Amino acid sequence: MTPIEQTESIGLKRKLNRVSFKNFLTTQGILIVFMICLAGFSIFSDRFLSEENIMTVIRQASIVGIIAIGVTVVIIGGNLDLSVGSMLSFATVLVVDLHDKIGPTNAIIVMFAMTLLIGAVNGFLIGYMKLNSLIVTLAMLSAIQGITLIYTGGQNVDIANQDSTWFAFFGRGFVGGIAVPILMFAVLALCVHFVMRYTSYGRRIFAIGGNPTAAVYAGIRKSRCVFSTYMISAFSVGCAALVLGSRVMGSQNNVGQGYELLVLAGIILGGTSLMGGAGSVWKTVIGVLILGFIQNGLLLLGYPYYTQWLVTWVIIIVAVWLDLANQRKRLFTSHS
Amino acid sequence: MTSSATNNNQRSDTSMKPVLRLEGITKRFPGVVALNNVSFDVRAGEVHALLGENGAGKSTLMKCLAGKHQAEEGSIVLEGQKVSFSDPMAAKQHGIVLIHQELSLVSDLTVAENIFLGSLPLKWPNRVDWKKLRSDTDKILSRLKCTFKSDDLVGDLSIAKKQMVEIARALVFTPKIVVFDEPTASLTDHEKPVLFNVINSLREHGVGIVYISHRMDEIFALSQRITVLRDGEYNGTIDTAQTNEDEVTKLMIGRSLELDHSSKPTEFKENVLEVRNLSVEGVCKDVSFNVRNGEIVGMYGLVGAGRSEIAETIFGLRRPSAGEILLEGESVTVKSPHDAVARGIALVPESRKEQGLVLGLNCRDNITLATLESVSSMGVMSPKKELEIYEKYQRELKIKTPGWAQKVGNLSGGNQQKIVIGKWLTTHPKLLILDEPTRGIDVGSKAEIHALIKDLAKSGYAVLVISSEMPEVLGVSNRVIAMYSGQITAEFNADTVTEDELVQAITGQHKAASETSLQAAGL
Ligand SMILES: Nc1ncnc2c1ncn2[C@@H]1O[C@H](COP(=O)(O)OP(=O)(O)OP(=O)(O)O)[C@@H](O)[C@H]1O
Ligand SMILES: [Mg+2]
Repeated sequence: MTPIEQTESIGLKRKLNRVSFKNFLTTQGILIVFMICLAGFSIFSDRFLSEENIMTVIRQASIVGIIAIGVTVVIIGGNLDLSVGSMLSFATVLVVDLHDKIGPTNAIIVMFAMTLLIGAVNGFLIGYMKLNSLIVTLAMLSAIQGITLIYTGGQNVDIANQDSTWFAFFGRGFVGGIAVPILMFAVLALCVHFVMRYTSYGRRIFAIGGNPTAAVYAGIRKSRCVFSTYMISAFSVGCAALVLGSRVMGSQNNVGQGYELLVLAGIILGGTSLMGGAGSVWKTVIGVLILGFIQNGLLLLGYPYYTQWLVTWVIIIVAVWLDLANQRKRLFTSHS
Repeated sequence: MTSSATNNNQRSDTSMKPVLRLEGITKRFPGVVALNNVSFDVRAGEVHALLGENGAGKSTLMKCLAGKHQAEEGSIVLEGQKVSFSDPMAAKQHGIVLIHQELSLVSDLTVAENIFLGSLPLKWPNRVDWKKLRSDTDKILSRLKCTFKSDDLVGDLSIAKKQMVEIARALVFTPKIVVFDEPTASLTDHEKPVLFNVINSLREHGVGIVYISHRMDEIFALSQRITVLRDGEYNGTIDTAQTNEDEVTKLMIGRSLELDHSSKPTEFKENVLEVRNLSVEGVCKDVSFNVRNGEIVGMYGLVGAGRSEIAETIFGLRRPSAGEILLEGESVTVKSPHDAVARGIALVPESRKEQGLVLGLNCRDNITLATLESVSSMGVMSPKKELEIYEKYQRELKIKTPGWAQKVGNLSGGNQQKIVIGKWLTTHPKLLILDEPTRGIDVGSKAEIHALIKDLAKSGYAVLVISSEMPEVLGVSNRVIAMYSGQITAEFNADTVTEDELVQAITGQHKAASETSLQAAGL
């Protein structure tokens, strides 16, 4: 090895540039695809890039986004959370149903308590009992679907006097001209980003996701940290349920169905690897927005609603493939 | 020096043609010139040793040869023909095999499957020909004089045997060149002769061997020629018969080796660690020993003697089934590594890749990982404090890296090891346990680390050093504990014990004598 000064030679600089450009292509490839899509959509629909439409997209994306922020933490810690979709159904049904029965404040408290309880069960089984996160959260997904149905007896729930409740604030309100869901999304993103980047807690999660054995050997309490990541993801589901419940003021038993996939799509699209130990909240925000814009673009172009499911699938496959290609490259050139 | 090297080269060119020649290899990584215009050749039937400090570029050069990296400039000439390999498989098919220090076997597969992985013998239509697989494997295993069977699971084998499997894998391709990258780093002195026999027999069969190691004795025992790399540059080739350790070291580090003359600590105070009749299921039985303030205790034994496992028990990673552990006179149950760290115990673990490092994180983050509380206030990291700590240990341990942000996975093996040591020094423990602390570290740094260990002890640390290298154990410790299959067979004064006594004690032939020596020591 020679010191960095020597790398200043012109030939190397060109080389470095080329390398980093190639790197850029593989790591940020999705961003480029996104730009092309944006350009495409805006050619065919002049409404697409209007301020109004952009705000609508972000607002619509904020529910997926809020959950994705929590799940990103789980994934960086080396685990998965597939239960967020049915947790969202459950929490939304709960808060809407209880609104009229025990008042909005109490409804919100109960809803958060129940969501965190589910998160704690996930966290206990995965963190302390060391069960596989995929299995546990997949089972939880169907268990909560069942619980939701039992709770409602299959009926839809709704709020009687939708116009007079302050509960509308979370889904329909504005602060300083910005929709509250967007604000919640932004605030949560900033907070969690700060936690992951600048606190010792965040560092521990990265270490556990990167090499759980080495993290334990360094004196990090792995069980406790993994447990906490599920609490964070449960909390983010609670926030999302607040927005969703308040926006629709009524809820079907399965409102959250499929959200787990959208959340994963956003995270992978942003470039956080499912392998754990890497990634960022910031990337997830970008990924979720990309997803939102593509879905919106398709709608504006007149494709029916359900095409976005197909497109989402394609996006997930492409993103996972890109991630894998990257991973392979890393494994292949990794130092030993 | 360079002139004599050239002479040698010219002489050799006329006497013996090399099978393989690397010419003007240059390889750069972001921020690092790992190799700068390096040339190197290997003849059939010779062992060519490749030497250099940690981070000199040895592994990188061999990876360029074996298709793992692609050199930016330069060429590879194999038997007079220019070749280039896009991946390791292509290199193997040309008869060039690299045996890594970190083994790359699949533990859930059998020996036979591992050996033929990627080239399993097939019979129509596309089914594995198990019979041929077994007989082919048996042929190779008998050639290597291996004691294990083709159906054994690789996960059940010892490291030494795994390495044999790795070598067996190389023989599938009738290799012309076999590269060994620090093959003995995880072998004990007793397992080495087997490896050396294999290397010598390969050599006699006309295979060209490249041998990378930081152990001078091995290099002088095995090799015919030595090439030295320094800071990514070619620094000469010498015939082994015409040189000595001092000369080679000078080529390597640019000066004579400053021998570690620092004296061992002499003042021991009260017990920091006392282990009484400790038993751990399947690991050790009735083990008792102590480590005092300011004392360095060495633990010597064969792989599998239970040394690392005892360390792990003290560190809270295993549960004892009987006996007690006393810290500063107080009986304690160390519940977890977290608990251990809180009690002032540090463990530099045996395997840096699996237990020591988070390869995806950068150098700074790895060094501060065990002491996050001290570099943060109310949970918020202080980049300034972090950098201070990183810089302190980077300087102290002479860790070679282009900067703190470099991923640890991109450092050379020896520098990775230094990061692990640094990580534990940051915690300022009362009891420092080092399990094979200088594995993969070059001779110069090794002496420095030994001196550092002694200084730490003198400043009041209690140190337990586990090592498979006799000179290391004898060189740094005050007392040596010898272990054989889970039991302590003898305890010696490191300054008076003879090598023979120590060897007997760790091979179980010392049982009777040990009783007397323990009594003599008043224990
Ligand atoms: N994949 C990589 N990315 C960036 N830098 C690298 C990579 N691989 C190696 N290097 C750098 O190249 C230099 C040479 O490393 P190399 O592993 O060849 O050293 P080495 O001589 O094998 O050392 P050691 O004795 O410690 O194993 C080091 O400075 C290392 O940090
Ligand atoms: Mg190396």
